[in-house]
Amino acid sequence: MSTADETMQAIPHVAKQQRARVLLGMALGDKVFALATQVAAYLVLLVLAGIILSLIVGAWPAMKAFGFEFLITRRWAPQLEPEPVLGALAPIYGTLVSSFIAMLIAVPFGLGIAIFLTELCPHRLRKPVRLAIELLAGIPSIIYGMWGFFVLGPFLANYIEPSLVAAFANIPVLNSIFSGEMVSNLSLFNASLILAIMILPFITAIAVDVFSTVPPVLKEAAYGIGCTTWEVVNNVVLPFTRVGVVGGVMLALGRALGETMAVTFIIGNSFKISGSIFAPSTTISAAIASEFAESSGLHQSALILLGLLLFVLTFFVLATARFMLMRLEKRAGA
Amino acid sequence: MPSYSARQRKSTIVMALCLMATLIGVVWLFLILFSLLINGLPGLSLATFTEMTPPPGSHAGGLLNAIYGSVVMTIFGVGIGAPIGVLAGTYLAEYGRHSKVTPVIRFINDILLSAPSIIIGLFIYGAVVVPMRSFSAVAGSIALAVIVIPVVVRTTEDMLLLVPNTLREAASALGLPRSYVIRKVTYRAARAGLITGILLAVARVGGETAPLLFTVLSNQFWSANLLKPMANLPVTINNFINNPDANWKHLAWTGALLITVAVLSLNISARFFGASKDGQ
Repeated sequence: MSTADETMQAIPHVAKQQRARVLLGMALGDKVFALATQVAAYLVLLVLAGIILSLIVGAWPAMKAFGFEFLITRRWAPQLEPEPVLGALAPIYGTLVSSFIAMLIAVPFGLGIAIFLTELCPHRLRKPVRLAIELLAGIPSIIYGMWGFFVLGPFLANYIEPSLVAAFANIPVLNSIFSGEMVSNLSLFNASLILAIMILPFITAIAVDVFSTVPPVLKEAAYGIGCTTWEVVNNVVLPFTRVGVVGGVMLALGRALGETMAVTFIIGNSFKISGSIFAPSTTISAAIASEFAESSGLHQSALILLGLLLFVLTFFVLATARFMLMRLEKRAGA
Repeated sequence: MPSYSARQRKSTIVMALCLMATLIGVVWLFLILFSLLINGLPGLSLATFTEMTPPPGSHAGGLLNAIYGSVVMTIFGVGIGAPIGVLAGTYLAEYGRHSKVTPVIRFINDILLSAPSIIIGLFIYGAVVVPMRSFSAVAGSIALAVIVIPVVVRTTEDMLLLVPNTLREAASALGLPRSYVIRKVTYRAARAGLITGILLAVARVGGETAPLLFTVLSNQFWSANLLKPMANLPVTINNFINNPDANWKHLAWTGALLITVAVLSLNISARFFGASKDGQ
């Protein structure tokens, strides 16, 4: 406010010229500031364009060399002479399967926690519980990777996975998914579990947010005709917030697909496709993180092409998520 | 229709499952913090902050150069990214509120907000490292800035939109030019929110590893040259974990403890800061 006061007081006393100069300065400052904000805003679009452009430029040699074959080749042999054979199928498979298993674990847990927080939790506990879950999102991913590598991986391999293997040993199909041939600290399943822990706070936070958009009248009406808590959740809350919940789940999926450091340490970085979830595998981001620094030529270009594929994949998943969340916002606003 | 007691029982079972999910969900944070304390605390000493990262096979050493590098790059990253983010957020909330481009920018920004950070690393590798022909702290800082921008844009826009229009109108009625209204009135009203956004951005990039792996690399030694590879905590931890050396493993745990404590306390103080504003 002080500038306003000064201007108001100053104007009567200064000479006309000086006044004109002050106003000109203000008008100029105004234009410069407006322009600066606009340039900064367009910079966001420029960053996106820059990402896409630099990935395409970097990936071009690999695109030319491998073409569509890249997507369906299982083999990854960067050192092969005279020409390396590089295919994206194994990392794509690892990325999709690890994210899928992570979602399978995290979605029920995340929704369960959100239901607990919005319907059951005593008011006094609500904040600390939410904080404990949301701080999980604040822990850097390399810490998850380290913890998974030193603590969770060995624990799972020694205590949990052998019993899972034994439990499914005599059931066809399942015994190949839960095959015990290669149980180790580093596996697809371990990576999926770490991913599930990492995306849990995203699902919970968005689910709590969208659950709280349900008008209390609707819930009260359902309780009023004798519904149990579960019936209210299942028949009122979930149908009302379906779009938002799916949006939140997609957002978490976008995170899981691109997660790097947590996965790199614990997935084993093996370019083999195995039916067993206890076998080591790799993901797109893990392959880039572990090989890029020492790569060159066609190998490096192929890694950038993998990055481009990952970016396109997450872009569509995230765009769909945002689109759904926007629809919910519009409805809440109307 | 099942009897009332059967429905009640079903509800109780589902709610018990929800309670169990919550207990299991909360436990991870404490398990991770517990591991960090158990493994990281014994290695924490004055030497951690005064000595350089040791060569493999030695018994002493600290993380001084890595801590220094992380602090420098975080400051530069946020120093570049935060002003751009605040300005862009200002455009979305003020000048461009009714522009047709605004929803597009907001949408793109939201996607960049959750885009994989390793992609940002690839982008900066192609856009900065290759033309400069060298891994460098500058490249790392720019990569971090690219991650900071969407975070700050989002919070700035949200916080500015919360400022009541009557404040803007009152200031405009005094004859203030638009930029003065924004800087002297709107920014002040939203100050706590803006600072919260920047703190969250610092917390976000403080532990980022993937975009630094092949932009700054890391450095075994002390380097203050921004045009050369610089040691930094996340990549140092990354390299130490991948090595069987026992001393390195201990240092990695200590570094991990430091990062986590720093990042989580930033997160909590950002919340506290944001919440104290709401209470007024």
